[in-house]
Amino acid sequence: MENCSFEKVVGLNLEATELRLGLPGCADEHDQKHSSSCSYSSSSSSSSSLSGVVRTNKRSSPEESIDGGHEEEPKSSKKAMISQNSSNHDDDDQDKNVPPSKAQVVVGWPPIRSYRKNNGIQQQKKKGEEVIDGVGMYVKVSMAGAPYLRKIDLKVYNSYQELLMALENMFKCTFGEYSEREGYNGSEFSPTYEDKDGDWMLVGDVPWNMFISSCKRLRIVKGSEAKGLGCL
Amino acid sequence: MNYFPDEVIEHIFEYVVSHRDRNALSLVCKSWYRIERCTREKVFIGNCYSITPERLIQRFPALKSLTLKGKPHFADFSLVPHGWGGFVYPWIEALAKGKVGLEELRLKRMVVSDDSLELLSRAFPNFRSLVLVSCEEFTTDGLAAIAANCKSLRELDLQENEVDDHKGQWLSCFPDSCTSLVSLNFACLKGEINVGVLERLVARSPNLKSLRLNRSVPLDALQRILTRAPQLVDLGVGSYVQDPATETFVKLMNTMHKCKSITSLSGFLEVTPRCLTAMYVICPNLTSLNLSYAAGIPGSDLIKLIRHCKKLQRLWIMDSIGDKGLGVVANTCKELQELRVFPSDNIGHHAAVTEKGLVAISMGCPKLHSLLYFCHQMTNAALITVAKNCPNFIRFRLAILDATKPDPDTNQPLDEGFGAIVQSCRRLRRLSLSGQLTDKVFLYIGMYAEQLEMLSIAFAGESDKGMLYVLNGCKKLRKLEIRDCPFGDTALLTDIGKYETMRSLWMSSCEVTVGACKVLAKKMPRLNVEIFNENETADCELEDEQKVEKMYLYRTLAGKRKDAPEYVWTL
Repeated sequence: MENCSFEKVVGLNLEATELRLGLPGCADEHDQKHSSSCSYSSSSSSSSSLSGVVRTNKRSSPEESIDGGHEEEPKSSKKAMISQNSSNHDDDDQDKNVPPSKAQVVVGWPPIRSYRKNNGIQQQKKKGEEVIDGVGMYVKVSMAGAPYLRKIDLKVYNSYQELLMALENMFKCTFGEYSEREGYNGSEFSPTYEDKDGDWMLVGDVPWNMFISSCKRLRIVKGSEAKGLGCL
Repeated sequence: MNYFPDEVIEHIFEYVVSHRDRNALSLVCKSWYRIERCTREKVFIGNCYSITPERLIQRFPALKSLTLKGKPHFADFSLVPHGWGGFVYPWIEALAKGKVGLEELRLKRMVVSDDSLELLSRAFPNFRSLVLVSCEEFTTDGLAAIAANCKSLRELDLQENEVDDHKGQWLSCFPDSCTSLVSLNFACLKGEINVGVLERLVARSPNLKSLRLNRSVPLDALQRILTRAPQLVDLGVGSYVQDPATETFVKLMNTMHKCKSITSLSGFLEVTPRCLTAMYVICPNLTSLNLSYAAGIPGSDLIKLIRHCKKLQRLWIMDSIGDKGLGVVANTCKELQELRVFPSDNIGHHAAVTEKGLVAISMGCPKLHSLLYFCHQMTNAALITVAKNCPNFIRFRLAILDATKPDPDTNQPLDEGFGAIVQSCRRLRRLSLSGQLTDKVFLYIGMYAEQLEMLSIAFAGESDKGMLYVLNGCKKLRKLEIRDCPFGDTALLTDIGKYETMRSLWMSSCEVTVGACKVLAKKMPRLNVEIFNENETADCELEDEQKVEKMYLYRTLAGKRKDAPEYVWTL
């Protein structure tokens, strides 16, 4: 039964993939805002003939190379209780204009069991619990030009952001933006660490947990020294 | 065969064990149906709402072992709201009332209250095996009841359950007379365990073959436990943190030399990677290794460990192993059959595993038949290569972290890649798709995936045609779960008879309307069509044109269920 006529949809088609938080039934208003010219007729309740043309939701063409294209969603479906239609539409309008970025979160994706999410991934420190393992996490931190070294407890931090902020405070310096290609750009200083093999590495390349278990000591180096590391 | 006395046929049936075979037997003729039902001891129920417990008990009077599954699979990913259902209490109550000689109960995705466990522990004197997977609501109080009352308990296996710890000493509730334990898995419990009690329990359980500890059991206790249980076959390490320069660690190294029977290793919920060297001596015997919860082991140490595991058949690991590490797996683990690679908590700078790792595995491990692979990207070329190298896939589940990412080399959708998989793997039973996909991939699936039983689709397809290709083509389809796809009423209603041949259909955030669901429900009385609309209150009128947020339909002989919460509308 060939009911559907395929019409190319031009432009980003975020509605096709969005998780709507509002009451279902806002579809009509959505379609009016649709930038394409595909035909849509709502299926009536007496749809025994099913003549309603299904709206084609052709994905945006590969040339536009959308990454995901999903608006940010709250993590649990329980929180998704928005009763006002209008506020939803405002949000959706805004979202349509914002190009999707990799950081956007979708409920239930990637498909990892919630138990695994809650218990598997964060290992070192959860909710302020002390992990007593008999092997201290204090490491020396040195900075060229500083009269003496400092010591910090790595276990106190949960992420690179926290650690770097603490170091910046402690040594009154700034690290700039991290990028995989260029290390810490736009700053005088870069954080480095000595790993278990005795090599000096740039902080931030490896997952946090891996860093924690392999970091023996930290060293804050001046920009010019760090460039050498960037060639690795 | 009808000239044989019943006893002979019964005896022959004893050799027929699998549910499917048994189901087939029961369809042959009335007398076989009768003999089969009177002798069947193990029953598997994939959807606890498909039948009532009373009917089950009536048909299978010899019932000893029951497996029940509750919530739909997508409940694992927080797509099913709290309170949906899957309560085990009514089942246990009915089984108790029916005086069933229950010995084994295996539950998955069900709501298990402490009261259920209490009743279970008291109502069945021969009860010996409890397996709970991804269940919820029970606490350590319920476990205490099981420990205290099940006189001949052999197996208590808790996998990935959310359990509230009530600080009681549930382990202490195993009486001194309990010496029958064969399998004890409490790795998912978050609370403290009395280590002395555990050691004494192990000491008086000579048949203990499988022991999986939780995080609260430290390394020194592990060493003492292993000394008492060198016969262990399956070990789950809890906390594995120690300074390797201590006597405790040396003791452990020596103890491991005696654990020649261990073939399955898991856990390492907390770990000092340098201490893994103690495990090297048992690695050559391992057939199963699960390090998917060992986030503290960096890739380099994973690789070092795996180099010793030449006999591995099953490997569950985190993507910190990297593509290079998977290359090492490919070179080392020639017997590999099942691989799962889970995403670690990456700050995103490092694309841990990509299509390269999977290709390497396919080249080195021709026996691979089950795959769950979380990765940052996938290419058609890689999938085509994998399909060629590994034609034996039974389960192929690919989860690209960016759900609609195209082939990064060509910017094309992954239709051709998955098409190659289904065309090459004629025995494929389970498939999960991800990445950018058009209707074409479904055309391929409908055409080639003749044995496909379960299909999971997310953010894929362009039109109703996609879903129709699958419904028309996959004759053996039992479970179909779809989220965020542009499939609507036409797709849903074209072949409604199909749904009675399937266990269930899940559709969320698609284009299906309430009206279509109503039509379906009306025409198919033996389906329960449930709609979840969390934003509606119970007395709100559902309008036919409204899009349905979540729909779950399943075939059933039990009629509408009476325990559905307010937000679930059974049409």
